[in-house]
Amino acid sequence: MSVYINKDTKVIVQGITGSTALFHTKQMLEYGTKIVAGVTPGKGGTEVEGVPVFNTVEDAVKATGANVSVIYVPAPFAADAILEAVDAELDMTICITEHIPVLDMVNVKRYMEGKKTRLVGPNCPGVITADECKIGIMPGYINTKGHVGVVSRSGTLTYEAVLQLTDAGIGQSTSVGIGGDPVNGTNFIDVLKEFNDDPDTYAAVMIGEIGGTAEEEAAEWIKANMTKPVIGFIGGQTAPPGKRMGHAGAIISGGQGTAEGKIKAMEAAGMKVAATPSVIGETLIEAIKEAGIYDSCKTH
Amino acid sequence: MNIHEYQGKQLLRQYGVAVSNGIVAFSPEEAVKAAKELGSSVIVVKAQIHAGGRGKAGGVKIAKNLDEVREYAKELLGKVLVTHQTGPEGKEIKRLLIEEGSDIKKEYYVGLVLDRSTSRVTLMGSEEGGMDIEEVAENTPEKLFYEEIDPVVGLTGFQARRMAFNMNIPAKLVNKAAKFMLGLYQVYKEKDASIVEINPLVVTADDNVLALDAKFNFDGNALYRHNDILEMRDYDEEDPKEIEASKYDLSYISLDGNIGCMVNGAGLAMATMDTISYYGGSPANFLDVGGGATAEKVTEAFKIILSDKNVKGIFVNIFGGIMKCDIIAEGVIIAAKELGLEVPLVVRLEGTNVDLGKKLLNESGLNIVAADSMADGAQKIVNLVG
Repeated sequence: MSVYINKDTKVIVQGITGSTALFHTKQMLEYGTKIVAGVTPGKGGTEVEGVPVFNTVEDAVKATGANVSVIYVPAPFAADAILEAVDAELDMTICITEHIPVLDMVNVKRYMEGKKTRLVGPNCPGVITADECKIGIMPGYINTKGHVGVVSRSGTLTYEAVLQLTDAGIGQSTSVGIGGDPVNGTNFIDVLKEFNDDPDTYAAVMIGEIGGTAEEEAAEWIKANMTKPVIGFIGGQTAPPGKRMGHAGAIISGGQGTAEGKIKAMEAAGMKVAATPSVIGETLIEAIKEAGIYDSCKTH
Repeated sequence: MNIHEYQGKQLLRQYGVAVSNGIVAFSPEEAVKAAKELGSSVIVVKAQIHAGGRGKAGGVKIAKNLDEVREYAKELLGKVLVTHQTGPEGKEIKRLLIEEGSDIKKEYYVGLVLDRSTSRVTLMGSEEGGMDIEEVAENTPEKLFYEEIDPVVGLTGFQARRMAFNMNIPAKLVNKAAKFMLGLYQVYKEKDASIVEINPLVVTADDNVLALDAKFNFDGNALYRHNDILEMRDYDEEDPKEIEASKYDLSYISLDGNIGCMVNGAGLAMATMDTISYYGGSPANFLDVGGGATAEKVTEAFKIILSDKNVKGIFVNIFGGIMKCDIIAEGVIIAAKELGLEVPLVVRLEGTNVDLGKKLLNESGLNIVAADSMADGAQKIVNLVG
């Protein structure tokens, strides 16, 4: 078991003929992801890496029965690509694209209300269920199949955490990058709920960063609902207020969104918080040992 | 991206939002000429810098005649203004807004901002004008009102009127205030602003509702569709290293410390700064070279780091992921040789082709210290810088 995606997930690549999309399509195919279609308006009827290309997402779904899409469309057109995926009633669309204007995302979120599709991202590394399905831009080889879920606002910190877990013999169920933008489709609580309900996920790692209040809200939810150990890390403890630290959403403004406040909220929820990213793996191991589930999490 | 008050007011005028008459001036002569043109008995001389708190710091002067205008303009231009938002180094005043004085009856606050928890733009208003709105939220939250805006219909008339009534705007001026707020939302939406603050919004003795100040911040990701806003960018207000970095699509922010950092990924870059601090060091910058860093980008990033005279050592922390470590190593070697590296350099590489990357660094003949992990690298550079 896993969350969101597995070996049966049929994937459409939106914007498949772009250079980034082409590169990652190859990587995903090599990993074993079932990429059944690509979409580039005007390139319908052609083929890329053996994958048929369609003019619209609707055509691609009709022809292939795909249920998830991944978006590599450039920022000015990415919001429209998300709307098209939602209109085609996909289960999920994962938007890798960064630098989407935030008011475009405000409109997208409004359009998605009451609709079926889940959006992950934008500005995210994607979602991976080890050995089954990799959708996005993350390196596949660092992931090993197992029972720890990872959810993060940062791509590279996800890799850092996953590698530490793998090196320590702790496999992962699913890793979800929710992205570094202020308006996104899936938040920490959405993913933590899935981890909580997934019988094959025994513990979770949550990696946040400065800006907004998503980590504080997640910590409250964890305290009230989570039945499995969750450990945390917050990036940006030394970031100056008022400066956007690379990610559009990583900014301390009006005294809100500090790392200090987030760490406090996590500790108040009974979570262990890693002091540096280098000890995320160790911290998780401490937590699963305390919970008496280390042996069942040890996969290799 | 920020703009000056006078530029914000120009924008507001375009959208029919009431502001005082004013003219920008770059010299005392221009200031006097502007004051003559305005022909008002009271003239306000306002320093234009990208920071709040100008009034309290002495950057706003009231002149009663043209001689006073000239005197204040001379005094302010070239002066370094230190406010609670500029940091101790302050900002040099290079532009002035010469504005007609208003007979103010009462000051209010209105602002538009993105509420991340609802993913909606929110209108905020209060009768506590002229104060820091964070203080109002903290001390008298009952006096701060919110209207959540549905992007389908935008800010509606009834919401704007409700806000005006909540703010205790005099009943006869509620429609004027509502029109003001509707115009403000129009600018916010059409120009992809991320923050607009009118603090204070004033009601005058002759029953006008005016923006006395205007603070705008724009979404950097949307500037590609707003050339008019881009033209307002004032490079004098920005760090030259940050400007240089933006040319190469590098995300760079200057900090006070002495350890230069070069990292891929924003999250890892922040965490690298944190780790350096954890081991007792002090980062000189945040620098994300991005996912697709090339040898050229790495070289440019190095140049920018080395142009900071405070830098006593450099820590390169790369989690290659899909990017190949040997390519990064090549970039580091080219840059180090080209620029003549005189400070210690610690490199931590992880990811695809990591062994090849490490081999290249070892054989380069450069004085590069290899690190096995982020923590190891951070400790090594902190020790080397001393």
